[in-house]
Amino acid sequence: MKNERMARLTLAVGAPALALVAAFLITSLVLVLAGDSVTGVWGQILSPPSSRGFVNIINSASVYYLSAVAVAIGFRMNLFNIGVDGQYRVASFAAAVVAGEAWLPGYLNTVAAIVAAMLVGAAWAGIAGLLRVTRGVSEVISTIMLNAIATFLVAYLLRKAAVDNEGSNITATKEIPEGSWIPGFTVGGSPNEVYGFVFLAIVVGLVYGFVINRTRFGFDLRATGKSETAAVASGINVKRMGLIAMLLSGAVAGLVGLPILFGDAHAYGSTFQSGLGFAGIAIALLGRNHPFGIALGALLFAFLDEQSNPLQILLDVSPDIVKITQGVIVLTVVIAYEVVRRYGASREQQQVASALESQNKEVSA
Amino acid sequence: MSGTQTVVRAPKKSSSSRWSYAKVLLLISGFLILISAARLITGVNDLDSSGTVRATLIAAIPIGMAGLGGLWSERAGIVNIGLEGMMILGTFGAGYFGYFYGPWQGVVGAILLGALGGLLHAIATVTFGVDHIVSGVALNIIALGAVQYLAVLAFTGVPGGGQTQSPPVENLPAVTIDALSSPLADLEDRHWFVLSDVASILGALVTNLSVLTLLCLSLFVLTWWVLWKTAFGLRLRSCGENPAAAESLGVNVIRYKFTAVLISGGLAGLGGGFLALVAASQFRDGQTGGRGYIGLAAMIFGNWRPTGLLTGSMLFGYTDTLRLRGGGDTIHGLLLLVAVGLVILAVWQWRKHGQRAALVAALLGVLVAVWYAVTVSVPEGLAGMTPYLTTLLVLALFSQRLRMPAADGLSYRKGSAG
Repeated sequence: MKNERMARLTLAVGAPALALVAAFLITSLVLVLAGDSVTGVWGQILSPPSSRGFVNIINSASVYYLSAVAVAIGFRMNLFNIGVDGQYRVASFAAAVVAGEAWLPGYLNTVAAIVAAMLVGAAWAGIAGLLRVTRGVSEVISTIMLNAIATFLVAYLLRKAAVDNEGSNITATKEIPEGSWIPGFTVGGSPNEVYGFVFLAIVVGLVYGFVINRTRFGFDLRATGKSETAAVASGINVKRMGLIAMLLSGAVAGLVGLPILFGDAHAYGSTFQSGLGFAGIAIALLGRNHPFGIALGALLFAFLDEQSNPLQILLDVSPDIVKITQGVIVLTVVIAYEVVRRYGASREQQQVASALESQNKEVSA
Repeated sequence: MSGTQTVVRAPKKSSSSRWSYAKVLLLISGFLILISAARLITGVNDLDSSGTVRATLIAAIPIGMAGLGGLWSERAGIVNIGLEGMMILGTFGAGYFGYFYGPWQGVVGAILLGALGGLLHAIATVTFGVDHIVSGVALNIIALGAVQYLAVLAFTGVPGGGQTQSPPVENLPAVTIDALSSPLADLEDRHWFVLSDVASILGALVTNLSVLTLLCLSLFVLTWWVLWKTAFGLRLRSCGENPAAAESLGVNVIRYKFTAVLISGGLAGLGGGFLALVAASQFRDGQTGGRGYIGLAAMIFGNWRPTGLLTGSMLFGYTDTLRLRGGGDTIHGLLLLVAVGLVILAVWQWRKHGQRAALVAALLGVLVAVWYAVTVSVPEGLAGMTPYLTTLLVLALFSQRLRMPAADGLSYRKGSAG
């Protein structure tokens, strides 16, 4: 029996390890084919980060983490929220406007912006949720459409809401008053600061883990994701769960841009970071929707991003090489899990078969 | 699969019986009269000038090729979100091979690189049974990264090129039929009712039409013929409807799915190649601008059928063109067209499906008409979302009438037929 548990553990840890090795090899192959220095590139990426780099990694990992949790909430219910990308952009814009207008003083203003972001994110995702529940429209397609609509909508509203920043040609919302900024903190004398909202990411992770694994709602959610028919049989309102999951996913997606907004940018402009939603999908898959696994995945992605930055200057290699690595990791991780699952399933079948055989022998003997 | 809850309904009598030749002609002429009237009333001649038609064609073809790619793979049961990535690979293929070897080699390069993306998607989804959407998302990330990485490698230091773009690529030959081109242009300039509209559309088709445009248009016909008129196509579609049944009849499901996804990648790659070779005559980073997703939308809009897909991509290409050419004023002219169209739809719905759907359409029509009446221009930022909004509306209003292949998106393992 103990052997059995060991084997299962090996399989569970083996899959991501296998995937990382495969991604490493494939990236190296690309480098060799392109004639870039394999040892040089990996030497730089795998070198210990500077204290500035370390802070950057923490910061972007916290943003990635929020995005991945938003995706994971949907995944747990077999909902594919590709729309995190649009949701966080619409929500960040709304938060920036609310905070920039500063109807409330100090941190009340911040809280108002957070609430606005969550509501707008949830509403944007809710469109897809409603379409799915009432009209049977696949959330994959509707969220892709909503992503594109969000791009145009935000660009349009931004032009309306933009204030004239003298000496700058970047259109942006009003700057958030300084009293509402979230102060950062330094780590080990680093020249730059860790976002104060890192704690927001941690809290979201803890709440996510608790709700999914320790509450009845989380159980219902997971049950519906595993088997809709079983969920219906046990009295779960599947449609309602679908809508709620989508709303929650959107609400968390609404938080994605906030660490950047309150810790660094202080306004929503045309240069606000985009594409965080798709990274979130990759990281949620990498971390298997587990709150801790996602954290590791987010750190890995942030690490690869940060460490590849100097490649252009040092080695004349485009840092885009790590995007290949990141994409390949996602693909190899899911392939590895599938291979391991198939292997585990056939192992189990063989064991059951042999157990049955020996039983039959005993009976006939 | 077949749960106890499955409610068996009597099949509805198909409301639109076969499209007869006369019906199609009637529809086309109705459309012409409508657009001509809208042009005369609004005074926006650019609504269907030959320039607009030509630009529409150029905008529609990449979308259509991506959609055709989606059609091939989804008809075989593989959902393809990776179209965008395959298109991106195609733009680079066209830029690289187009610049270093020649424009036709560029076309081949685009198809091959797109097919390479298809191969990756096929290995992940068909061989390893990975979730199709996961694989597609990963493919999009990989393709974007790979192309950005390769572009730096290939085009830095090349005269006229840079880290994010290739040098200009030689144009593919274009066809002009002189005998027709100039008289049609004359007729168009008269701005007569209907006649000038016909002239502008025909004029666009005989003036400076790239060979690649013709090739791509012919692929729609070819796809229709192969998928619906040959044994190969029937088998391929059976893999998307019921792979277990197909396998029990001796169809090599895995091979058909692989073939379909490879062709899908090639078509999406060709769409990317068209962007680089015909629409822009160079490769640029970010050239696809989400057209792979619009292609997917056009395919769904077209109910997984080539004719519907062609209509969808033309529609999306048209709105995009109006936005780019005339901006908000031209789109404003389009509003009237949409309003009238919606009212006609309402009448049709009233006859076929009863009051509720008709009322929704009529209400929308009135709203659009009011919008037309009280404004003079549509904000350009909003005009850009037209294709996406249309798709969302079509999905919301007609989702019950759309039918995707029955086994689309499900993973299939060899031997499941038992």
